[in-house]
Amino acid sequence: MAFFGFFGKKENKEKLEQGLTKTKTGFFDRLKSVVLGKSKVDDDVLDELEDVLIAGDVGVQTTLKIIKNIQNRVSADKYVSTSELDGILKEEVSSLLLRHTASDEIDFEVPSVENEGKKVPYVIMIVGVNGVGKTTTIGKLAYQLQLRGYSVLLGAADTFRAAAVDQLKLWAARVGVPIVEKGMNADPAAVAYEAVAEGIKQNVDVVIIDTAGRLHTKVNLMNELSKIKRSMTKALDNAPHEVILVLDASTGQNAIVQATEFTKATQVSALALTKLDGTAKGGVVIGISDMFRIPVKYLGVGEGINDLQVFDPKVFVDTLFDK
Amino acid sequence: MFENLSGKIENALRSLKGEGQISEINVAETMKEIRKALLDADVNYKVAKDFTAKVKEEALGQKILINVKPGQLLVKIVHDELTKLMGSTNEAIRFAKTGTTIILIAGLQGSGKTTFTGKLARLLKSQGRNVMLAACDVYRPAAIDQLQVLADQVGVELYKELDHKDAVKIANNAVAQAKKLNKDVLIIDTAGRLAVDEAMMNEIASVKASVNPNEILFVVDAMTGQDAVNTAKAFNEKLDFDGVVLTKLDGDTRGGAAISIRSVVEKPIKFISTGEKMEALDLFHPERMASRILGMGDVISLVERAQMIYDEEEALRIQKKIRKNELDFNDFLSQLNSIKKLGNLKDVMAMIPGMGKMVKDLDISDDAFKHIEAIIYSMTAQERAKPDILNGSRRKRIASGSGRTIQEVNDLIKQFDTMKKMMKQMNDSQGGKGMPGKMRVNPFGRR
Repeated sequence: MAFFGFFGKKENKEKLEQGLTKTKTGFFDRLKSVVLGKSKVDDDVLDELEDVLIAGDVGVQTTLKIIKNIQNRVSADKYVSTSELDGILKEEVSSLLLRHTASDEIDFEVPSVENEGKKVPYVIMIVGVNGVGKTTTIGKLAYQLQLRGYSVLLGAADTFRAAAVDQLKLWAARVGVPIVEKGMNADPAAVAYEAVAEGIKQNVDVVIIDTAGRLHTKVNLMNELSKIKRSMTKALDNAPHEVILVLDASTGQNAIVQATEFTKATQVSALALTKLDGTAKGGVVIGISDMFRIPVKYLGVGEGINDLQVFDPKVFVDTLFDK
Repeated sequence: MFENLSGKIENALRSLKGEGQISEINVAETMKEIRKALLDADVNYKVAKDFTAKVKEEALGQKILINVKPGQLLVKIVHDELTKLMGSTNEAIRFAKTGTTIILIAGLQGSGKTTFTGKLARLLKSQGRNVMLAACDVYRPAAIDQLQVLADQVGVELYKELDHKDAVKIANNAVAQAKKLNKDVLIIDTAGRLAVDEAMMNEIASVKASVNPNEILFVVDAMTGQDAVNTAKAFNEKLDFDGVVLTKLDGDTRGGAAISIRSVVEKPIKFISTGEKMEALDLFHPERMASRILGMGDVISLVERAQMIYDEEEALRIQKKIRKNELDFNDFLSQLNSIKKLGNLKDVMAMIPGMGKMVKDLDISDDAFKHIEAIIYSMTAQERAKPDILNGSRRKRIASGSGRTIQEVNDLIKQFDTMKKMMKQMNDSQGGKGMPGKMRVNPFGRR
């Protein structure tokens, strides 16, 4: 397992750097233009900095917080030059990001879990609004875990969106993992239950449950999600062990409401941020990390089967701020 | 839909209340609040800046009339500027003068292209057009299956080539086929692509060059953040699209993308998509959207939707029954169904002026009528036609049949009786001409 992880790492950073190049140049070109011709951090510089952060989807609240922290440091240290500014900025952002992500793991790993002394599958439930890339993320995650020697089973509990089951079946075939499906319009809670039960029977290491995309404002659908989750507990105590909320990196401040509502319905324990290979700034991670005690766990950086990474806050900030 | 933004602007304006004149000082704080509200709603930061600057400029010169409060005046200015920003009129699809109209759909992954394609097909079909779809997303697993399901659902033909991976070729063949079959409209669904993916952007440019569409629609998720502007710009540079489709607007309070995209690429927003049902598609009306943003309601959309599902014969029949005091549960059920056809109850209510803020925190689901329906469906045909025979034992049977309590059954029957009496009274007082005749509401005095 570690062997593969070791190989993957450097490549990973390059891919993330590629994805974030857009972010980086945008961010730093503008920061430089803010700083150009000035030797002290004044209000103009902070105003411009505010624009830079807002433009990166960091959000008004978090931006104001960062600015305030910088302002405090500036007034405490008195003579902060603009060349020190990006160092300070980096520290501020890192502190927001790192605070709630205690884990040091930087490879795809799942803990082994036991029930009544017997090893049971680690159950992951995937949730999110429509079109964020849940099914694709599951395909990629299954592939990465399988590559590292875990046996994986998928559960097709998105029985609503046209052809969603077919899509997951194709991924299962591509990765070469078993899938539990009961076709379209089947009861998603029943599918989830059976997938967990089947996972126990086949003694797999990981069961990943796909669910239909739903807007967090649809009360019934959110209730359904809670029900799907409960049905898994019936098959296995404490299942699901992890609920991953998938967020589209191009989503604006709405991502924060999504995190709130999905957490209410399913106790989200981790986030996956997708489509970071686009022009999206990823600043939303900073805002969410700041507001929730939910760590970002995975990053989607492309459509290929390899384009999923374990989120490493250090690497992420370094890549974002490296000149 | 935009409750948050309107709520925040309303709050910002509240600080102006009681002031006699709009001055530099009392407007500055408000503008800051408006800008913050716009940013929170994901309006592009540059657009928000320009917007507040313009509103301020407009506002400062204004004298306060005796009977207009500064807040009201500012609301009007904000409203006018918002409308201007989003374009002043609704623009429709451009159809070919003769032959097949070709519509090309483009956008990012997950923006809702395929679902919109199905909805547009349904809409055009309901206008009497002969529609065909083409499946040119050859990349995403099961994308073609998804479109096939939707095509079947709305009852239109789908052109697909399962063993080919060349989107340009498939599009071309689809056009030939549509022309051969004399289709009025061909809608080409394409794969989602990132604006920075050069190969994919070139592919869609080739599709455009090759099929020469009459209309290119750019589909964008209304929840998109600051990046919406960049993406729209990139697609516009490559495709010079004709219009924008905003999807997932049913979700939530944000929608700043609507404002930024329109103002940055200067292309009209033509449709808004508000749900997963195939009916959940609306034309975009900038003026109405501005009203909605400001919490002034959207009565016109509501009336239009109501008219679309309005059945004159049915209304006459019901009116007659009301007059004779013969309204029964079958009529009740049919009325329920037509309300349901208006769409999600919460969305419908949000369109009513003054309701925007109230429904914000209200939990109304699509199934709000489910229990009522269950009770009525548990009645026999005789009971539905003659509610008077509903005695205690019948009610008990209905309760257990519908899985509701006797209390709920009693409540429904009581409510029904009250409604029946009220309608009879209203009808009598209006000489039998008023309710529930055709709605003549047209509060904005248009058309």
